[in-house]
Amino acid sequence: MLGKTAGGLFWMFRYLERSENTARLIEAGLRIALTRSGSTEEEWASVLQTVAVYDGFIAKYGTDITRDQAIDWMLRDPQNPSSVMTVIEAARNNAKTVRTALTREVWEAVNECWMSLKQALTRKVADQDLPFILQLIRQRSAYVRGALHGTMLRNDIYNFARIGTFCERADNTARILDVKYYVLLPSAMSVGTNLDNVQWQTILQSVSAEGGFQMAYGQDPRPREIAQFLILDRRMPRSLAFCTEKIRSNLGYLMSDYGTRLPCHDIADAMALRSMQRDIDSVLDSGLHEFIQDFIQDNANLSMQVQTDYRFNQ
Amino acid sequence: MKDAFYFDEMTGHQGDTLREPYQNFDQWFQSENPARLRKKQREAEELFRLTGITFNVYGRAEAAERLIPFDIVPRIISGREWSRLAKGIEQRVRAINAFLYDIYHRQEIVKAGRLPAEMIAKNEAFLPQMVGVSPPGGVYTHIVGIDLVRTGPDEFYVLEDNARTPSGVSYMLENRETMLRMFPELFTQNRVQSVSNYPKMLRRSLAACAPNMAGDKPTVAVLTPGIYNSAYYEHSFLADKMGVELVEGHDLRVVDGRVAMRTTQGYKPIDVLYRRVDDDFLDPLNFNPESQLGVPGIMDVYKAGGITIANAPGTGIADDKAIYSYMPDIVEFYTGEKAILKNVPTWRCSDPESLKYVLDNLHDLVVKEVHGSGGYGMLIGPTATKKDIAAFRKKLMAKPGNYIAQPTLSLSTVPIFTKSGLAPRHVDLRPFVLVSPNKIDITPGGLTRVALKKGSLVVNSSQGGGTKDTWVLEE
Repeated sequence: MLGKTAGGLFWMFRYLERSENTARLIEAGLRIALTRSGSTEEEWASVLQTVAVYDGFIAKYGTDITRDQAIDWMLRDPQNPSSVMTVIEAARNNAKTVRTALTREVWEAVNECWMSLKQALTRKVADQDLPFILQLIRQRSAYVRGALHGTMLRNDIYNFARIGTFCERADNTARILDVKYYVLLPSAMSVGTNLDNVQWQTILQSVSAEGGFQMAYGQDPRPREIAQFLILDRRMPRSLAFCTEKIRSNLGYLMSDYGTRLPCHDIADAMALRSMQRDIDSVLDSGLHEFIQDFIQDNANLSMQVQTDYRFNQ
Repeated sequence: MKDAFYFDEMTGHQGDTLREPYQNFDQWFQSENPARLRKKQREAEELFRLTGITFNVYGRAEAAERLIPFDIVPRIISGREWSRLAKGIEQRVRAINAFLYDIYHRQEIVKAGRLPAEMIAKNEAFLPQMVGVSPPGGVYTHIVGIDLVRTGPDEFYVLEDNARTPSGVSYMLENRETMLRMFPELFTQNRVQSVSNYPKMLRRSLAACAPNMAGDKPTVAVLTPGIYNSAYYEHSFLADKMGVELVEGHDLRVVDGRVAMRTTQGYKPIDVLYRRVDDDFLDPLNFNPESQLGVPGIMDVYKAGGITIANAPGTGIADDKAIYSYMPDIVEFYTGEKAILKNVPTWRCSDPESLKYVLDNLHDLVVKEVHGSGGYGMLIGPTATKKDIAAFRKKLMAKPGNYIAQPTLSLSTVPIFTKSGLAPRHVDLRPFVLVSPNKIDITPGGLTRVALKKGSLVVNSSQGGGTKDTWVLEE
């Protein structure tokens, strides 16, 4: 396989995952705005920080954040390299580049994703259309993933697509935790105000996991369990441990397929081992914030190392 | 009803007969509900859009991706008509390859006085770097597209030879796929020769031209300028169907005297490169130094026999519009036979007498740039305004050597499906030819391009033309 193709697959699936995550965070932001009185400026600032587009936003609009501007920036703005439309366009361009590696089903799914979102996001989205469009974004990205699962050979092509998906997803979950870690700290546990409850719900919503959490841990969200769920729970498909394990296993297939062990395998093994050996109390004791920051850095290093080891670029 | 001036391939010169190849189709069409057909036509377009069979229009950002309109009425050619055509095409393609070998070696044709020396020496399409180079297997034009037009039951003219990087074959294949999907019954009622193994034949044909140093299973790759190129869809389509890598210049590098592609496991040599990049951009070290699309040093590897480039660099000299006018002589010189396919009479404006004739008759002629393509930069006298003609006259007089002129041919028509039923529109035909050391394969049919505007003679997709499925019936 061409190095460029591996890179194209990796980025195509990172971008698709990103579009979905952004849509989910906007949904959670809208929910919190509905359940809270007064200014929601702070909440949108935190959403913008989570998707790492805050600096670009204030450069364009200044520090007065309005809901409409924040949403437009995240959904449509071509100046925002991570806006949904920008990343969908990039995902499709990558799909074009790697067209020969994709099945017809996967290509058509990503092409349809682009066609329908391009149409839906031509103009500023009206309030009443937002729920539908956010759902459309999640749905279209899911179609591509479904086509990937249902039609692609389990070979190196599939592995690179999956590694991209989980690098992005791990980064996203870690960022949610990074921005909201303070509401999960033990000191906050004793408070348990209404406001805290809303914050905890928001975290679960932004990873589409209210139902899953309830099934696994019962009715009442507790910060310690939420942290456990999002960081270490291997049943939870967006947890850091789950993503890390997926990256490790897909890199493992590549290793046996190609018969070569590379530096990225060492990093992935070390990360997976770490999440296996830790328990949530030790994470909280030694500092949740530091843990998350380290994780984001390690994940970024791993992503870089994969790109180097498999010659995505020159 | 019908302008008797034109030959209609379904209903003849007078428009009052039903020509034999169209009989089954006509019966089917009469029994169809037009509303259903209209729905099918829309479905076809949806299918093309979903598949991504679009082309990029240069210089128009808002309409960057467009569909080439597809018409559901097939263009039908009888087996007998086709075999005669195929003979003519094969003869012409053989002559083109012999001509190219000769031009880059001893230039016998010039020595024999059949082609003026300045036609070569002063020609931009002549590549001095190719002098004395013999491509692997002796093949220069691995893939050729011969543009034909028809003016009567047995009258075909070659409009243009495309010996560089002819495109359109993906449309030929997708049009057939679409028809098979939408109207399977038509293919049980008619015995249509298949085109679907073109990618397989292309791969086999390319592999057969691999350099001597290649192993049993030569590595083939397609070189594209990238996703923004107007024909990118076709590049990825062909690579996909052939099961070979689709590479861009930045994937390639010369390693140990071979052209190699960067894979996830290191550099891997390529034996045959089907390049869809123009000569000028192929190698920044040997041609245009600004090129980002090519591979530095590929020409040196090529000359040393380390890779096959298809088509060979320098083949443009054979499809140059000024050389075109010599084609009947060229065919005769190399094959010893009269050319089976006719040339359109051509005035070379470099010649003062011809120029005078052309200037006097601009309103009757089609004037083309010698190196132009895609229907740009040409004048169609009969449909041009006085202003257009005056402006063109100036350009022509400033640089006469840049132009040739031809009479306006009465291009045949084939019906298209419109809101008010069948309506005749002008068409041309581009059959695709594969050349390997011992064989010339011609896919039955080719790409039919159709001018969708009533009366228009311009079939180019960049100028609002569409395409049709082209059938060659079994004999």
